[in-house]
This record gives sequence, structure tokens and C-alpha cells, in this order.
Amino acid sequence: MRRKFGILCALALALCFGAGALRAEPQDPWPDLVRDIFKGKPLVDGKGLISIEMPSRAEDAAIVPVTLRITLPAGDTRAVKAITLVIDQNPSPVAAVFTVDPGVSMISTRVRVNSYTNVHAVAELSDGALYVVQTYVKASGGCSAPAASDTQQAKANLGLMRFRQFAAPKQTPASTTREAQIMIRHPNNSGLQMDQITHLYVPLFIVSELRVWQGDQLLLSMDGGISISEDPNIRFAYRPNGAATFHAEARDTDGHVFRAEWPADQSM
Amino acid sequence: MGQLLGHHLIRFTRAIFILSCLFVNLDRSTGLTFYKTTYAEEQFSLSEIASGVYVHVGKTELMTAENEGDIANIGIIVGHDFVAVIDTGGSVREGAKFLAAIRRVTPKPIRYVINSHAHPDHLFGNAAFAHEGPTFVGHANLPQALSVRGALYLDAFRRIMGSRLIDEVELIPPTLMVGGELRLDLGQRVVTLRSWRTAHSDSDLTVLDETTGTLFAGDLVFLRHIPVLDGSIRGWLAAMDELSAIRAARVVPGHGPVSAWPGGLADERRYLQRLAQDTRSLIAQGIPLATAVKSAGTSEKLQWELFEEYNVRNATAAYSELEWE
Repeated sequence: MRRKFGILCALALALCFGAGALRAEPQDPWPDLVRDIFKGKPLVDGKGLISIEMPSRAEDAAIVPVTLRITLPAGDTRAVKAITLVIDQNPSPVAAVFTVDPGVSMISTRVRVNSYTNVHAVAELSDGALYVVQTYVKASGGCSAPAASDTQQAKANLGLMRFRQFAAPKQTPASTTREAQIMIRHPNNSGLQMDQITHLYVPLFIVSELRVWQGDQLLLSMDGGISISEDPNIRFAYRPNGAATFHAEARDTDGHVFRAEWPADQSM
Repeated sequence: MGQLLGHHLIRFTRAIFILSCLFVNLDRSTGLTFYKTTYAEEQFSLSEIASGVYVHVGKTELMTAENEGDIANIGIIVGHDFVAVIDTGGSVREGAKFLAAIRRVTPKPIRYVINSHAHPDHLFGNAAFAHEGPTFVGHANLPQALSVRGALYLDAFRRIMGSRLIDEVELIPPTLMVGGELRLDLGQRVVTLRSWRTAHSDSDLTVLDETTGTLFAGDLVFLRHIPVLDGSIRGWLAAMDELSAIRAARVVPGHGPVSAWPGGLADERRYLQRLAQDTRSLIAQGIPLATAVKSAGTSEKLQWELFEEYNVRNATAAYSELEWE
């Protein structure tokens, strides 16, 4: 029988009951990851072109915020086409691949982190060049952290989407950039959560694809892996194009397709 | 000088402890007398807070190898015929000390072992009671909570506390489940168990001894130790009125000192209200999670122990719940 777990944000609380754990420093998997994910293409230091922000110590390994910023200098005519987010020590290191419209300058989401790890963001530019930045996070247990068990509510809300537009930041009145957020109710079961009584794993059940359009313009698409937190949530900065609506489409690994549309708030 | 002396005393007690373990393991059938006398040297406190109600107050700490997981409040209610145990501590080692302490105050059979919820510091000691043949009792959600989280808890605490303490832990799910209210007769003394909707966790259970007006609240109530949110902040706040309406003279919180009831609820209610209010305000202002969790609830900092260890985590949980409102 398929088991689906709930939507309340359950936490890898285990870590927080205990003081710091002892850990052996594992071998650096990054060289192999570069070969496997990027086919050995050269990666150039991306400092100044992109940035990655994460807390150095994750308080909740199941919900670790990560922010990617695109900061191409004025005069660089290239655009970022895609950003691959890699959590090196996670069981499935590629957390997500974001394909972005040239107007998108920031993406923020929440991920699960399984152990102390480097996290890399690799940007592919319009000329095909790959740029990399990295950070280090101390966290543990995020991938096997179970969702809370309000099964009925989870079923009722599965795939429910919310979209929110934020007012422009006050300090940059001339800026044409706006921020928006897409959220979707989904347990995003990683497939690594084992039922201790039956010794069976809770099946993989994740949002595999999420796309957001402004009118007809595809702003953002995410190919997501098991490291994306329960109730996937992406906040991003974009350039308004005057369209009257936003819409989004999500697909999960069970073949569900979720769609929703919202009016653009022109006052913002 | 005093320090040196203290050090020797500690080593001495440890030696006795190791010895007693050996005997218990070698000969369980006849070793009980020895078990009883040697554990007595361990000074595991168990105080009678009301007639026939005994409580061991855990340390306000995180679970470590040094404290053997002894961080939660655990206790017993003694009826005319039977004993009910409420929570068993954070390791089998602690559970065994608890059992030995119980045997110093009563020889009556342990009929029930009640688990207040699924967290390790409250039930990793269950296995120490298994050979007493009790019925394990818990919230109707407890088996599921244990089945989905058990492996994670064992892995995490093996790293933190070491395999010496964790290898002997067995996750024993309840065979008597509570969904609503359940009254257990201990012989001329009836205790009332009540299951709660998701609040501190998704398997919270309280135990009320009407004879003395003592409420074992589990982790629905924290004092001094910052409340830890692993369920629903909305659910927890919604439970406050119902909790305070319980007619009891005193509360045994999951963590912190035994206190008057319902006065003992005030600090926790204030903290959770503050956290929810701050978080809602930050969400409304469009402040992202990563920034919001650094400020939500921080005005409460001086009111609680272990604030740094838990507040950001609580704020993260609150934010990701409340942003769906």
C-alpha cells in the first residue's frame, strides 16, 4: 500500500536533542561529481558572476534556506541559462537544476542536507561556459527526516499552489526588479525514509518539475531532486513584462500534474 | 583539592555501575537483589511530589553520552495494586536506574508504561521495563511516529551518544493506543490519559492523576527549558485553553521544575504567542525565511535555557507552517 506522509513541517529533530556529533571527514566527492554531472567540462571560478548563500550551521537539516544570486557585471553581455545546485554529500547530490529567463537575478529555495557538506552552484552561461561558487554547511539527517503524519490533510492539500508577489524594495526605487514566490504542497518523500517497523522504505514521491510563467514568458523551471524540502518553495527576482497573469505547472514522480494561475498585481 | 576528591568519587561510582551491569547481564533471573542494591549507589533521584506520585527531574541539557540521555522528567503513579510509569528516559541505562529507583519505593507490579510522545529522551528507556511485562501505552499516532522516525533517531543518537548506550535501545511501540480519553485503574486510583491533536508533536499524550491533582503534561508543557516545536505552532497555541482548563493542582512538565497549575503554563504560552506573532509579522512584511528566523522570538532570549539551541529551529518550523495561512 502506498503511504504518503503529511504536510506539517516535520523536522529532523534528532540533531537538536543532542550535542555535536563526532564525524569522520569523508573523501571529497566533488572531482567525481564534476566528471559525472558536467562531463568533465572545465569549471571557472564564478566569484563576481554568481553567489550562493546558506547558513553555516543549519538549525533544521530538513529546511535549509539557500539563495543563488546572479551578479553579472555591467558590460558582460552574456546571460545565465541555468544553475545546477549540488549538495556534495547528499545521497543524490544534484538538488535541482534551475533554468532561468535572462531577467531572473535571484532564486531562493529550501533544501535537505544530510551531513556536513560543501554545496556548489554551477551556472551555465549563454556562451556555454560554466562558472562555479561554493559554500559549506553543517547539518545532518535532512534527507531521511520524515514528514509529519497528518495523512488526511496531506491528501486533501496535495499539489495546492500559492503565489505571492512582493513589493519592490524601498531602497531601490528605480529598480524594475520584483520578487515573487511559488509554493506547492507536497511531501517530497525522498525515498530514503525507512519504516522502522516494516523495514520498508517510504517510496520516492517528489515534485520533479516546476515551471512558472509571466504571461507567455517562461521565467523559471526547476528540475527537482530528493533534496528539495517538503512543500517546495521558490522565491525569485524577475523583471515584470506587463502581463496580466502568472501561471505555474508542477509534475511529480507519480504522474500528477498540478496547474494554477494568478492575476499579476500591477500595483507592486 | 575538593575537585580532586570529587573526581575520585565520580570514578568510584562509575566502577560500581559497570560492575552492576555485568551482574545484571550475566544473571537476570537471580540478580535482582544485587541490581537493587548497587543501583542505589547511583543516587538516581526520585522524589514523592504528592501522595503516591514520584518524579525524577531531568537535567536541562541536550542528550549526551555523559548525561546518558537523562534530560526529561519521568515519573510514576502508584495505585493500591499497580504502578504506572510515565516515560522511561533517554537510554536503557537511564531506564534501568529509574526502575531500580522505583523498586526502592514500591514492590508493586508495573502494569503500564505510558509514553507521552515519540521523542527519544522520553522513550529510549522503554527496553529497561520490558521484562517487567507491562502494557506499553501511547497516542494512537505513536506507532506511526516511531516507525517513520525511529531509524533516524537511532542513527543520530548513535553518533551523538555512542553505540554503547544506543545499541541496547529498542523501540517498543504501544499495544494500548489512546485516541481521545482512556481511564486506567491502578487499584483504588484511576488515572486519565488524553491524546492531543498535533501540538508539540503529533503524538502528545497527557496523564492526569485526579487523586492528587497531578498532571503529567509531557512536552505539551515546558518550564525554564525553551519549548521545542516539532508539531504545529497553531495546534499548540490552540491547545492552550484546553490545557489550562484541566483541573489539577500541579504539573509535571516534560522539561523543567514541577510547578503549580495552570500558572505553570504562562511562560510557554507567552513564548509561543510571541514566536507566532513575530513570524506572522515578518511573513506579512515579505521578509524571507533565512532572515526572519534570526529575529523571530528573540525578545524571549533571557527567559529560557537552551534558547540558542532551539529558537532558530522553532522559528523555521513556525515560518514554514504559518506562511501557508
